[in-house]
Amino acid sequence: MSSSRYRAWAHIPSVAQSAQVPMWRDNLAALLADADNKNTLLPFGNGRSYGDSCLNSKGGLIDSKQLDRMLAFDREQGIVQVEAGISFEALLQCTVPHGWFLPVSPGTSQVSVGGAIANDVHGKNHHCDGSFGHFVQSITLLSSTGAVRECSLDTNKDLFCATIGGLGLTGFIASATIRLLRIDSTNMNVRTDVFHGLEEFAQLSKERRDDYRYTVAWLDCASNKRAFARGIFLSANHGTDGEKVAAQSGHKVSIPLSFPRFALNRYTIRAFNELYFRAQARHDGKTLSRHYQSYFYPLDAVGQWNRIYGRGGFHQYQFVVPLSEMAAMESIIKRIVESGLGSFLAVLKEFGSQVSPGMLSFPREGYCLALDFANRGEKTQRLINELDQMVLGAGGAAYPAKDRLMSAESFAAYFPRLSEFKAHVDPKFSSDFWRRVHG
Amino acid sequence: MAKQTKAAILGATAGLGQSLARQLAEQGTDLILLARDGTKLETVAVDVRARSGVSVDTQIADFDSIDTHNEIVSSLTDVDVVYCVYGTLPDQQLCEQDWQAAYAALHTNALSVISLMGRLANVFENRGHGTLVVVSSVAGDRGRKSNYVYGTAKGALSIFCEGLRNRLNGTGVHVVTVKPGFIDTPMTAHIEKKPAVLWVDANKVASDIIRAVAAGKNNVYTPWFWRYILLIITHIPEFIFKRLSL
Repeated sequence: MSSSRYRAWAHIPSVAQSAQVPMWRDNLAALLADADNKNTLLPFGNGRSYGDSCLNSKGGLIDSKQLDRMLAFDREQGIVQVEAGISFEALLQCTVPHGWFLPVSPGTSQVSVGGAIANDVHGKNHHCDGSFGHFVQSITLLSSTGAVRECSLDTNKDLFCATIGGLGLTGFIASATIRLLRIDSTNMNVRTDVFHGLEEFAQLSKERRDDYRYTVAWLDCASNKRAFARGIFLSANHGTDGEKVAAQSGHKVSIPLSFPRFALNRYTIRAFNELYFRAQARHDGKTLSRHYQSYFYPLDAVGQWNRIYGRGGFHQYQFVVPLSEMAAMESIIKRIVESGLGSFLAVLKEFGSQVSPGMLSFPREGYCLALDFANRGEKTQRLINELDQMVLGAGGAAYPAKDRLMSAESFAAYFPRLSEFKAHVDPKFSSDFWRRVHG
Repeated sequence: MAKQTKAAILGATAGLGQSLARQLAEQGTDLILLARDGTKLETVAVDVRARSGVSVDTQIADFDSIDTHNEIVSSLTDVDVVYCVYGTLPDQQLCEQDWQAAYAALHTNALSVISLMGRLANVFENRGHGTLVVVSSVAGDRGRKSNYVYGTAKGALSIFCEGLRNRLNGTGVHVVTVKPGFIDTPMTAHIEKKPAVLWVDANKVASDIIRAVAAGKNNVYTPWFWRYILLIITHIPEFIFKRLSL
């Protein structure tokens, strides 16, 4: 069935996708067998990838929203086995009352477990724990040949490593077993520090990385001169007060419709950044207790926040450069400020040295920046292409889950294990992203 | 509303049945889940157990087989609320050409439900408490060419529930008629979801039903706006209505 409901999170207009929605894992074999090389398939989770890695315009999607079941939950050991379509939010609602938390949380709890594996998502604890792939014990993978394979670091290791961060191209994840994190409280102790400039950021990051499981910074990407690269550094640990209250689903407010284009411009964005910085700076040096929901998933309180960028949608750009390349990071941020296209959602984080098992894993040691650009057509595309060149030059990488412009050359440079990965792509699986980058 | 410490779901592997099971478990209601396919039933039960701390029993049941109804009913005597959600969406055009198809649709969607609810009503009446929640449909409010065999079955159910509720008034037994609009579930997977605003997912319908049962409602349209759509549709004069394609 064809539907315009299937869109990537950045809302850049795309063609209607055709999708099938299996209710049972038993339906998958027949569905996979029906595909062919021309009419390819792609698993679809909750549509939180920003670009085109979750779309398959020239084939079809297998929407996993009905495959959202818990298959097992060991409440003593903190191990869950789940179907791929279950969201982080639903999983947390099951596990939090028993004192178990997700080992890695991206900026939203609206991702599916399948999507989290396919993009090897990372969080504010990357410097301590690495990416989500580290906590995947095993995966049951279905391929279009009819094969059902158990994959882990012990069995079918190569296929396991290809599937982690594999953008859904290696087969359909029927189930996955995940190791959870023990917590003593659903509250977080969050310390706020103001910084001015990247040097101060790097210093804070270094000071905090051993004592805090979670570190991240909000960066002002709109202001220049004295306010250049100012930001708010947040360091956090799970609380110890014994309170265990899972967040309820649902949004506090929702953006009812797409904002008009003029709502976001250089001046409104700069004003927003100023207000946000001042509001946060009041907490400078203080440690406050907050529920995990507002700490990890602040934007989940706003339904459809992507509509603030208007009907044209937006681009998100996320990249990492090696720790030695702080100068390159500074030139990139300067370029963004100069362009006047930077937005208010810029996030800066130091990644740790853990190497993910995933062949196409994005997180790697270095400084990582993520930010949005409203889609102003060619102007925005030119800027992103320029940033891509700068990231390439610094030996960094950009994140496929956020991308829709990356060239085949950049992709190959960012992901040195690409040729190894290609051998594990299911011939009947593809995506708009894959057709663009694998040349 | 009567206490709801234990509920039964007839058709627990349907999209709506599964949503009801999860939400009832979340609010602490013990469950007995019934469906025909044992493997699917176990999958749903394992999921609900992992999500909650309630007790979840399962029972394989073939609702089409009227001979087994006494047995089904005897396993539900300690249940406070019965949610009857199973059903099929028949191919209308096939039903027009093939009596067997039409008969099967009427048997599953109307006759078997009437048999089961009738027997349960007698047991609940003797006991003096209980609630029967029967999922009918907005399709039963007026016959339309696109699905009138299904509509016939659901219309019969709605009238049956009305009569049963009238009969049981004052006995401590309550009957709730649920009339959902379009639910996006595997049963309706082949239908194009237009206009999109009229389609809702099973979780929304399940939460509407649970709220209505708690509030002691008699008839529930879900989502709510269908009450007004049907109010208009049922008031169109027949000489106009017969020419329409709705």
